[in-house]
Amino acid sequence: MDERRVASSRLHPADVARIGITGLRAGRVRAALAVLGIAVGIAALVAVVGVSESSKANLVAQLDRLGTDLLTVQPGTAFASTSHNQLPYRAPGLIALIPPVRHVTETVDTTASVRRTDKIPPYQTGGITVLGASTDLPTALDAELAQGSWLNAATANYPTVVLGAGAAQTLGIDRLAPPVAVWIGGRWFTVIGILRPVALAPQLDQAALVGIPAAHRYLATDAHPTMIYVRTDPNQTLAVRNVLAPTANPENPQDVAVSRPSDALAAQIAAKGAYNTLLLGLGAIALVVGAVGIANVMVMAIIQRRREIGLRRALGATRRHIAIQFTAEALTLSALGAAAGILAGVLITAGYAHARHWTTAIPPALYPGAVAAALAFGLIAGLYPAVRAARLSPTDALRGTT
Amino acid sequence: MTPAIELRDVFKRYGTMSPVEALRDVSLAIEHGELVSIVGPSGSGKTTLLHVMGALLRPSSGTVRIAGTATSSLTDRALSSLRAYRLGFVFQDYVLIEGASALENVSDGLLYCGVARRERLRRAREALERVGLAARTTHTPTQLSGGERQRVAIARALVGHPSLVLADEPTGNLDSHTGNAILELLVALNADGVTIAVITHDRDVATAAPRTIELRDGTVITDRATIAAGASHG
Repeated sequence: MDERRVASSRLHPADVARIGITGLRAGRVRAALAVLGIAVGIAALVAVVGVSESSKANLVAQLDRLGTDLLTVQPGTAFASTSHNQLPYRAPGLIALIPPVRHVTETVDTTASVRRTDKIPPYQTGGITVLGASTDLPTALDAELAQGSWLNAATANYPTVVLGAGAAQTLGIDRLAPPVAVWIGGRWFTVIGILRPVALAPQLDQAALVGIPAAHRYLATDAHPTMIYVRTDPNQTLAVRNVLAPTANPENPQDVAVSRPSDALAAQIAAKGAYNTLLLGLGAIALVVGAVGIANVMVMAIIQRRREIGLRRALGATRRHIAIQFTAEALTLSALGAAAGILAGVLITAGYAHARHWTTAIPPALYPGAVAAALAFGLIAGLYPAVRAARLSPTDALRGTT
Repeated sequence: MTPAIELRDVFKRYGTMSPVEALRDVSLAIEHGELVSIVGPSGSGKTTLLHVMGALLRPSSGTVRIAGTATSSLTDRALSSLRAYRLGFVFQDYVLIEGASALENVSDGLLYCGVARRERLRRAREALERVGLAARTTHTPTQLSGGERQRVAIARALVGHPSLVLADEPTGNLDSHTGNAILELLVALNADGVTIAVITHDRDVATAAPRTIELRDGTVITDRATIAAGASHG
């Protein structure tokens, strides 16, 4: 009869945020610990993705420097190998005839070792290999000399040697004046040059390089090429690759192994994605722990703040308003955790990248992703306590102990 | 005129196997502008009555009309709305939000009424003036005395201009001097037209109200104009 309409209870979204923050002031330490849990998880995720992306970017840059136009030819290790598996002497010359090939150079393995003096036993090679190298090797492989000069047509015939960067370091040779000699295959070889690290052929860094005629004369090699480096027109690399084996050894092309060093880098880049799974898993566990922390904070808050819940019901809050308030508090905690975690993750990534001389590369999509992950965990953690708070009857809540 | 609140044949039972009757056949009406005290020994059903009158608890049977609205058929949401717009509550231990200022606490009285924040704060300041705390707006509850806290709570109950203010032992935590000051405030507010029902043990509070309802074992045993006590207090 006399039923006057009463407007509905309402709660403005801006007020939700405000009471969400006010509510957290009460249990600051516990809230801070829950935030820490989420922050650790987010930091782990950001750092794992950031570090691996930076490393990947570094590899890509390396690949760009290296180029993809280098092919290598070696004696194969096929089962059906007939001969002693050697590349023919004339293989480099034949390969040079393929039109898109721009440079060809070769090295020849020897069994000799290099030592600082003849007093050092022969088995102490220091991991340095002695190779015969052709005189055009620096041109073909963009190799640069740190000191001295490369082998020329004259010095290639005599006991002279050029050391790779790592080999020079191992032997403790950092200058060429006064003249230095090393003991190779029972004879003194004069060091005439030291190479800078060779990006295209890192194996040369641990090598002592002598002329091929010298290797033949003094070190008793048969001078069959054991590694041929081929630089091609960058657009024709695959086409050249397909014809390299029959060109290098027309009689037994199956005995020739052709490879493209950049493929290894490309594979490494591809593998970067897979390495992260374990660390990402650890980050996810940290997030779960953080979420459990938030759930714990919220359950405690609801026990401690029963009277506040009762008061709010008395002031006209609906069950939904109560649920929204406590969910907002949980989301506030996880948002704080996300902010702290992203900051920490970026700092870790930048520090790690700096230490490794990489450029920091964090994908921009990572930031919203991290925030979304934190909020999702916060929501899951906050939902149950919030629903519990909302279900509390107003009279029970008001009777709760203070 | 429609009473501020009207209870008719209200029963409240707790438990199902051997139910305890907290309220038995309670019928009463409080008109607009009244100041009523509800007294009775502990366990007489005072708090249950307050919760039923405050739409916090549904009666087992009988009807409750708050400002003309029958509550029995209302959803939990509609009951919440009724509390937001028609009722004000004052509790024995104030129940203030610790981290918020006096002004914020009072403005929370309008939090669920869809009033914009600026307007809430304006009306909260008015309400604080009305209870004599204009100089304490920025203080947090811990910086206020017990009496001041109860004034903040009263201002919060008033700020929405409710049809009825329900006060549960408002002087119960206060010394007699401070309690009397709160009592004088309630009387003054009533003189301004605020309808108030006070649940109390306090004889002074009971005698200050023009009408006293006495409960025992869940039943109203007397409901009459208060016989002015001969002894004065203070």
